[in-house]
Amino acid sequence: MKELKKYIFPLVFLTFVGLSYVFHFPSGKQIGLNFWMFFKEMILFLPLMFILIGLFDVWIPRERIEKHIGKESGWKGTGLVILLATLQAGPLYGAFPFAYILWKKGCSIRNIFIYLGAFSTIKIPMITFEIGFLGLKFSLLRTLITLPIFIMLGFIMEWYLKDKNFDVKQP
Amino acid sequence: MLILSIITLCFIVLSLFFDYQKTVRGIKKGIKMFINLLPILLLMLALVSIVLFLIPNETLVRYMGEGSGVKGWITAAGVGSVALIPGFIAYPLCGILIKSGVAYSVIAVFITTLMMTGFITLPVEAKFFGWRTSIIRNLFSLVAALFIGLLMSLFL
Repeated sequence: MKELKKYIFPLVFLTFVGLSYVFHFPSGKQIGLNFWMFFKEMILFLPLMFILIGLFDVWIPRERIEKHIGKESGWKGTGLVILLATLQAGPLYGAFPFAYILWKKGCSIRNIFIYLGAFSTIKIPMITFEIGFLGLKFSLLRTLITLPIFIMLGFIMEWYLKDKNFDVKQP
Repeated sequence: MLILSIITLCFIVLSLFFDYQKTVRGIKKGIKMFINLLPILLLMLALVSIVLFLIPNETLVRYMGEGSGVKGWITAAGVGSVALIPGFIAYPLCGILIKSGVAYSVIAVFITTLMMTGFITLPVEAKFFGWRTSIIRNLFSLVAALFIGLLMSLFL
């Protein structure tokens, strides 16, 4: 029962969409189509991502990761998390579980937020898409401007959170 | 998508080959995290679908188009921050906006906030980072996006 309770809002929403189809309510149908599009993207990608994270967790010892992207890793660590982020794909909520596992394995606060910044704005699969729609000049300029800004953001977040018991929890 | 499936499958096979127990433990852990996150994810996707429906492209063009000035910036940052819209929708949309006369700097703000900040995604983010950190991250990212737009306007 408690399990079911958590699904109340999604169930209400799906009932609404279902009824829209039965009674031919066009707005409801459109919302349903939007939902289906997002849902497909999520359900195809997130379970696989979580399985990879689970495997990563049991196989890779903390020391191995901490050395490369931990507190003492400096610019090399920052470079590594940016590289890691740019090679991935998917919406930002897919990066949160990955940030959790990086944190668990000893990644520094700064690199966690630089990772999130890079993931959301300069993923290579996305950039190719961006060039197609907005042109090379725009894309290049945006990337060059964005990169230093979210590295700075990483430093600011670290400075702000350093004595506030920052933690990334397991969902 | 196909690549991710193949990679995952390869890792599962490789992992099974070395240690069955460990593999099962890892997969179980991954699935459990996914199940725990699922209700809030569905809620978020439902909200995003509604928001996307409520804000048609024509409205965006009207508020961000030529000569919209500060109003255009506010609309871009505001709409961009509410929703976290994936790139495959965001970029075609921005292509339309550019053709309709929206400035490149406004587009930069829109794109950056679309992808970096999402107040609808906050409950999901808070599951990992807690509410305070999530809110701070989103606020800082919003400021950063405006700054990026400002710098873009100097060049384009």
